[in-house]
Amino acid sequence: MLVNRKLILAHFWLAFAVFGVALTLGAWQMFIRSPIGTWLSNPELYYRSLTAHGTVMGYVFPTLVAMGFGYAISEAALQQRLVGVRWAWAGFWLIVAGSIMAVIPIALGRASVLYTFYPPLIGNVFYYLGVVLVVVGSWIWVALMSVNLRVWRKANPGAPVPLAMFANVAGSYLWAWTAVGAALELLLQIIPVAAGLKATIDAGLARVFFSWTLHAIVYFWLMPTYIAYYTIVPRAIGGRIYSDSMARISFILFLVVAMPIGMHHTFADPQVGAGFKFIHSAFTALVALPTLLTVFTICASVEIAARLRGGRGMFGWISALPWDNPMMLALAFSFVMLGFGGAGGLINMSYQLDASIHNTQWITGHFHLIFGGAIVIMYFAIAYDLWPHLTGRELIDVRLIRTQLWLWFVGMIVTTFPWHWVGILGMPRRMAYFDFGDPAIAPQALSVILSAIGGFILLASGIMFIVILARGMRAPQIDAGPYRFALAVHQPKTVPVALNTHALWVALMIGLTLTNYGYPILNLALSSGTSVPAVYVGAQ
Amino acid sequence: MSTRDLFTLRNTHFRIGVGITAAILIVTAIAGFIVLPFAQPWVQFANVWDAICSAAGVTQRAPDVTAPQQAKRLSEVVLTSNTLSRPSQEAIGRGATLAQRCAICHGPTGVSRADSPNLAGQYAAVIYKQLHDFRSGARSNAVMSPFAVNLTDQEIADLSNYYAYLPRLPAYHPTPQLPKPNIVIYGAPMRGIAPCGACHGSLDNKTGSPWLEGQSEAYMKAQLQAFATSERRNDISQQMRNIARAMTAQEIEAAAAYYASQPPDVVKAVD
Ligand code: HEM
Ligand SMILES: [Cu+2]
Repeated sequence: MLVNRKLILAHFWLAFAVFGVALTLGAWQMFIRSPIGTWLSNPELYYRSLTAHGTVMGYVFPTLVAMGFGYAISEAALQQRLVGVRWAWAGFWLIVAGSIMAVIPIALGRASVLYTFYPPLIGNVFYYLGVVLVVVGSWIWVALMSVNLRVWRKANPGAPVPLAMFANVAGSYLWAWTAVGAALELLLQIIPVAAGLKATIDAGLARVFFSWTLHAIVYFWLMPTYIAYYTIVPRAIGGRIYSDSMARISFILFLVVAMPIGMHHTFADPQVGAGFKFIHSAFTALVALPTLLTVFTICASVEIAARLRGGRGMFGWISALPWDNPMMLALAFSFVMLGFGGAGGLINMSYQLDASIHNTQWITGHFHLIFGGAIVIMYFAIAYDLWPHLTGRELIDVRLIRTQLWLWFVGMIVTTFPWHWVGILGMPRRMAYFDFGDPAIAPQALSVILSAIGGFILLASGIMFIVILARGMRAPQIDAGPYRFALAVHQPKTVPVALNTHALWVALMIGLTLTNYGYPILNLALSSGTSVPAVYVGAQ
Repeated sequence: MSTRDLFTLRNTHFRIGVGITAAILIVTAIAGFIVLPFAQPWVQFANVWDAICSAAGVTQRAPDVTAPQQAKRLSEVVLTSNTLSRPSQEAIGRGATLAQRCAICHGPTGVSRADSPNLAGQYAAVIYKQLHDFRSGARSNAVMSPFAVNLTDQEIADLSNYYAYLPRLPAYHPTPQLPKPNIVIYGAPMRGIAPCGACHGSLDNKTGSPWLEGQSEAYMKAQLQAFATSERRNDISQQMRNIARAMTAQEIEAAAAYYASQPPDVVKAVD
């Protein structure tokens, strides 16, 4: 039952529009710093573009997808009209206003600080205020997801919360708490300096706050993808979820172990004690648990679909899968990219190995593979799956959809594999210019050119995606029927309270944040003499 | 079941969830704060508490070491992007009076006829820093140093504000504009040289770096050579010495000739 289709469509359209712009900037960045582009003579333009690309891809685009998808889940899974529609629109418009507010200073070159803010570099205050508005808009969504679940529980006391909604609310709580780190950094540290109230800033403390956000935000980006794995894919390919409880356990584990591990982003920072780095590193390793649980459960669910379709044998069932179904393709591509990205992640999370790839192009290659690849390809799949239910029109061109997914997969591999490689060779990230004429790095030119070609393949795929959705707005009308989520092999009649509510896991998440971040933050905040003069962008 | 039944030891999920999490935390804490610090044979800890504090990152006072004596004075000026912002009209007026003694070399309009630097419209922080350095001896020059030794802090600030306030005028004897040499637009990344304009104003300006357009070619060449030989050493953290040392003689020629040939109005405005 999707009632507020306009609301959901508005979120998706805005998400994909800004995605299209940022994708173009990304392809341009790749091109301009590769040997096939001619040097701009002005690195500032590159950093302007990079700030816009990172801010949109990191903050605006995935947040809007999670919100739009979240509203759809709330209505379709709970079979209940969304409560608080006006608030939802208010949240949407806050994001619109915040994005415009942030983008103007970026475009004027007043906020080329990159999406990680990089204090003591300080840009125009409106950039940060814009980001804050985006986050506040998304917090409205968090509150609405919680309220809608509560309303449903009142009407259905004791009933198991549908898996999609359980996961969706878990994701929203994760985000609410995750965003607090960057919010503290912005409100307590950066904005006062950007507004001219203070002239010094504790950059070390700011980095610790940011790491609080930086890791778990990745799991917030991942949530829609995981929800699609569990609750859309099995239905779309004619199978069942192998285990409903396994799914719930994965989602609550993400709450507990995704949050308090962000200091693996500060391995190279002197202001954080080695003991805390070790604890964060160990907890990071635990993320393997929900990840492997998911890989196992989804493979089992897919096997069920294959066997229902007559597949046989140890591996023979694989050929019985509906490979022409876009959802099947997207899942397979996503898993392959998740596998490679996960393997790379093992290197990043190891204190010692990280030193060899720290701040190199390996890192950008890694997160593009996981985020731009494994995660975003499922965003496409979600949009394709929901579109007929949102527009009441059919997406006719399945072949085009398949081509688009293939191109994204191929493009992402072509882009990111050489990207990792030059990182291993030591090429630093966030550089506007490389002199490939120099014999020392001339051999890397080929890899960088390959990446740039991959970037254009991705751009072509992204344009196709938007065209497919736009054409879907004018296709012949159909009755898409009610929107359904996948059912489990054993659909639960009752669920233990711990797996039907979030309180225990949210409490653990907050508790672990206090143990893992409390002392480092207090220590830095209370030490004197740790601040440095701010460096204002464009000021002299 | 309600949440009242959730947070109690009778609930298995609660026992297991909290128990396992706490156990992992304790084990990793013991490993991270006690076992691993002692596993580093090259670090000595007085006792367990000492190891824990070190692993927790407790800020510790470094033992008192006296900084090595420098043979020559280094610059002690602290510059931030707020140094000297928004001067008053009176400050500029006082600066104008003081500047009369500078005019003999730097020109009555702040544009030099000799090979001294043009000061009209130079960034205030630049003049401020150089005058302080001349006064302290971090930079020395037979002509300039005697003028600077007697200046007060206030006079230095006023002079800086006055010259920054003057309009940027074209240099005397301008030569035809030369094309940008590579060292200016690209720098030389493999030798650690950033493009000149990344600090000196045409792309971006870093506090304390002067703009160079229209300055005397001979003067710029001499300064680059002085940085390269460490004869001049008042640049903070050797920023300019590191670059000048890595430049070839031809690059120094080319950069000086290029900047001398440029009109000063291409310089990024100060806000
Ligand atoms: C056409 C495809 C894309 C290309 C060619 C591309 C290219 C780039 C480049 C060159 C950088 C800068 C890396 C550096 O400075 O070392 C970058 C950064 C980034 N990209 Fe992409 N990108 C693409 C797609 C995406 C997608 C799909 C996402 C996520 C949805 C994404 C998210 C990011 C983020 C978050 C950053 C970090 C910005 C920063 O480091 O400040 N990109 N991208
Ligand atoms: Cu992380």
